[in-house]
Amino acid sequence: MVTAVEAPDRLFGKAIKRREDPRLITGAGSFLDDIKLPGMTHAVLVRSPYAHARIRRIDTSAAEKMPGVLGVFTGQDFMDVNPLPAAWQAAGVKNNAVTPRVLAVNEVHQVGDPVAVVVAEDRYLARDAADAVVVEYDPLPVVVDAKKATEPGAPQLHEEAPNNIVLEWTCGKDEATVDAALEQSEVRVSSHLINQRLIPTAIEPRGSIGKYDPATDEYTLWATSQAPHVHRLLLGAFVLGVPEQKIRVISPDIGGGFGSKIFLYYDMPLVLALSKKLGGRPVKFFEDRSENYLTTTHGRDHITDIEIGATRDGKITALKVKTYANLGAYFSTVAAGIPTTLYGRMLAGCYKIPAIHCKVIAAYTNTAMVDAYRGAGRPEAAYVIERVCDLVAQATGVDPAEVRRRNFIQPEDFPYDTGVGMLPYDSGDYEKALNRALELVGYEQLRQEQKARRERGDSKLLGIGLSSYVEVCGIAPSKWIGLPGEGWGAGLWESANVRVHLTGKVVVTTGSLPHGQGHETTFAQLVADELGIPYEDVEIQHSDTLGTPFGFGTYGSRSLAVGGVAIYRSLQKIKEKAKKLAAHLLEAAEEDIVFENGKFYVKGSPDSAKTFADIALAAHVAYDLPPGMEPYLDETTYYDPPNCTFPFGTHVCVVEVDRDTGEVKLLRYVAVDDVGNVVNPLIVDGQIHGGIAQGLAQALYEGAVYNDDGQLVTGTLESYAAPKAHMVPTYELDRTVTPSPTNPLGVKGAGEAGTIAATPAVANAVIDAVSHLGITHLDMPLTPERIWNAINQAARS
Amino acid sequence: MAETTTAPAKVAVSMTVNGKQYTAEVEPRMLLVHFLRETLGLTGTHVGCDTSSCGACVVHMNGESVKSCTVLAVQADGAEITTIEGLGQDGQLHPVQEGFWEMHGLQCGYCTPGMIMTGAALLKRNPNPTEEEIRHALEGNLCRCTGYQNIVRAIQYAADKMRG
Ligand code: FES
Ligand code: FES
Repeated sequence: MVTAVEAPDRLFGKAIKRREDPRLITGAGSFLDDIKLPGMTHAVLVRSPYAHARIRRIDTSAAEKMPGVLGVFTGQDFMDVNPLPAAWQAAGVKNNAVTPRVLAVNEVHQVGDPVAVVVAEDRYLARDAADAVVVEYDPLPVVVDAKKATEPGAPQLHEEAPNNIVLEWTCGKDEATVDAALEQSEVRVSSHLINQRLIPTAIEPRGSIGKYDPATDEYTLWATSQAPHVHRLLLGAFVLGVPEQKIRVISPDIGGGFGSKIFLYYDMPLVLALSKKLGGRPVKFFEDRSENYLTTTHGRDHITDIEIGATRDGKITALKVKTYANLGAYFSTVAAGIPTTLYGRMLAGCYKIPAIHCKVIAAYTNTAMVDAYRGAGRPEAAYVIERVCDLVAQATGVDPAEVRRRNFIQPEDFPYDTGVGMLPYDSGDYEKALNRALELVGYEQLRQEQKARRERGDSKLLGIGLSSYVEVCGIAPSKWIGLPGEGWGAGLWESANVRVHLTGKVVVTTGSLPHGQGHETTFAQLVADELGIPYEDVEIQHSDTLGTPFGFGTYGSRSLAVGGVAIYRSLQKIKEKAKKLAAHLLEAAEEDIVFENGKFYVKGSPDSAKTFADIALAAHVAYDLPPGMEPYLDETTYYDPPNCTFPFGTHVCVVEVDRDTGEVKLLRYVAVDDVGNVVNPLIVDGQIHGGIAQGLAQALYEGAVYNDDGQLVTGTLESYAAPKAHMVPTYELDRTVTPSPTNPLGVKGAGEAGTIAATPAVANAVIDAVSHLGITHLDMPLTPERIWNAINQAARS
Repeated sequence: MAETTTAPAKVAVSMTVNGKQYTAEVEPRMLLVHFLRETLGLTGTHVGCDTSSCGACVVHMNGESVKSCTVLAVQADGAEITTIEGLGQDGQLHPVQEGFWEMHGLQCGYCTPGMIMTGAALLKRNPNPTEEEIRHALEGNLCRCTGYQNIVRAIQYAADKMRG
């Protein structure tokens, strides 16, 4: 049984400030574009201005003569480089996977598709020359909407994908059973929900630097990568056909990712291939924001129809969901897993719903590729099910909090199988988090205030929105998520090596890596706490395939629940060996050795103790080891968890909607999250803050918009409404702690929870504010215009 | 079609950056941020956009905060520039830097130099800002990681500390 960690004197659980900060607050961080190598050259891509066109002709002759130009290349120059791999294809169904090449050949399928590359001595000269490349296109018809793309007569993107369909996938009970359950339900509601497309918007765009060494035939790639080992594997085995051991991938400091830096992008093999063509001169590619918006992956973009059955007292009896998922112009690295495993299999939310059927149709369109973006599938699922709860509340007249209560999976039900193909939820106390959130926000008073305002015809409409979410982190085990199960094309374990130097200092190398999450601090806390040694004695190394064990990287809130547990297990092995050695040195039986506060002693005689450093020294010099024991304390773990973890909580948003202008004012935001045990509350709260900001931004502000020609109308930070400081409220946070029984640390994961919870909380609040006018649903982003129109339309009808 | 062209002519600029005098030949079109980053190697100032929207590039020019992606190096000729690398004095962190560390005002750290420079400029103008004034002053700076709350607290921490 894993217990809740509460001891305030332990380093595990302490809000210490981060060790990564000193370099970052003084400008001494080293991000991709900060790296300058001797002889470095710069690559600029020539990109398609059309969303769909045949390339008639490319003339590079003028560009080649421009000053500082070292080479101009087109797709034909890279026919020996394979298209990028489709690493996660949905299981059990046909995936019509068409992936990008390093440069487009013959046809372009989205605005921004690269058709040529210029390499020059500096960035300005490369840009000049890129402007001088002449490309002639024959424009083709365009489709940007996933549902329309599948209809007869729609423009076709890829021969391999008839009707632009990437895949059709179902989960849950069969359709007839759910139809019958709907038929028999006392109350029936249906709705049409758009989960609009978002742009991840890491403030650091993406980039890569390639360096080929002709002397050793080795390639080094520096990349803004959330998964350097995976990228090495994919580059070597699939794209370049280079032996994996001849490639080294390094992720420097990374300026945020939110999923968008998980994937293999064409610039990665491109800079390596270019460096080889240039005889080994390093080649840097760093996209600008406009390129980032056009061609780095986007998120969400679902069109969903739902049918709900319920009892008159608000119990959900059936749910039928049909979703069109827009995957963009090509299949991005793990694109198929997001609207299937991570969406469909989370549709039950926190609730016991006897009959669910979900169908997903994923389609190609002439837009940027869509793949994992913070939450990846779970925000879309949470949005559906939390809208369902409010729709049921509205249809039955039962309070939204009560609807949730009546449908919750209960603490004694765990492990709980929701019947839609997810592994059993590990643990939870959903009502506790809900009650705490309602208490903090003062729910009853707010409802009275809402009633009073409505009665007196106040123009400031009060809305209270709830979101009781559950999500899935630490996704594993490999045999479930991998090819035998859900179709992910590899394992999903994580690694850690712990090495103890002669002086007792500890170096951990890990396969997970940070892009803002504070791994160096959290992991060092974990190690120091477990070994009873000073925090300063622990070094965490990561992000370089040379010198770290293979790891799958950072996404899906998995670093602590999988990577942290790998460290923990290595520490147990270290402690076991150290204990054996201590027993030998203290001439006692191993069972009699106590390890406490970094000291080994024989039970009852703590005065003649050996410190951890003493044992490290003895293990290192190896003068006196027990028979058969190898020198050194050095242990590695590859940890493949037995189950996923399922964080949960309730967020409550309180808004005021101005009936006359449609403007939304955020009055309160209360979040009660349960992410299991917490190593560093400061860092976890920070993750929740940032997550909420992204989630509420979807509800109120953000949305990527393409026009019918496939031009991204929201193509800059001027036109895409990523929130600024004055656009978000003060977040009021609290926690309940239900440790995960899945892992010995009892941790669950916190990186995406805020984003998953916040979108429905805010959307529900705004819709709640106008619900008494007969409005049952509004699509996001909930702009004043949209709300004002809805209010006026409701008034007219 | 275009014949071979020559590289644009260069002009001399000199400016004081973090208390040191620099002179260099640059293309007239070179942005100040590229001058700082590429010519001087001061890579603490970041670039996050191409529309003057994100504020990752904020530095102080003659005591005022500017977006260095929106200033040409030649426009800074003769100016005094302070970048994140030069904000702390005598090996001590500036109170705003300290505030960011204490209050967990950063995660990935990419927006951070610009945020800190904007925060420091604000406190020079207004040593006792309200929360609303702080949020308003950050209008030109985007952070995607923190949700801003701890950035506001960091600046409040610095304001308290600087007022003593
Ligand atoms: S880089 Fe200057 S404002 Fe974005
Ligand atoms: S800390 Fe990452 S963008 Fe602000």
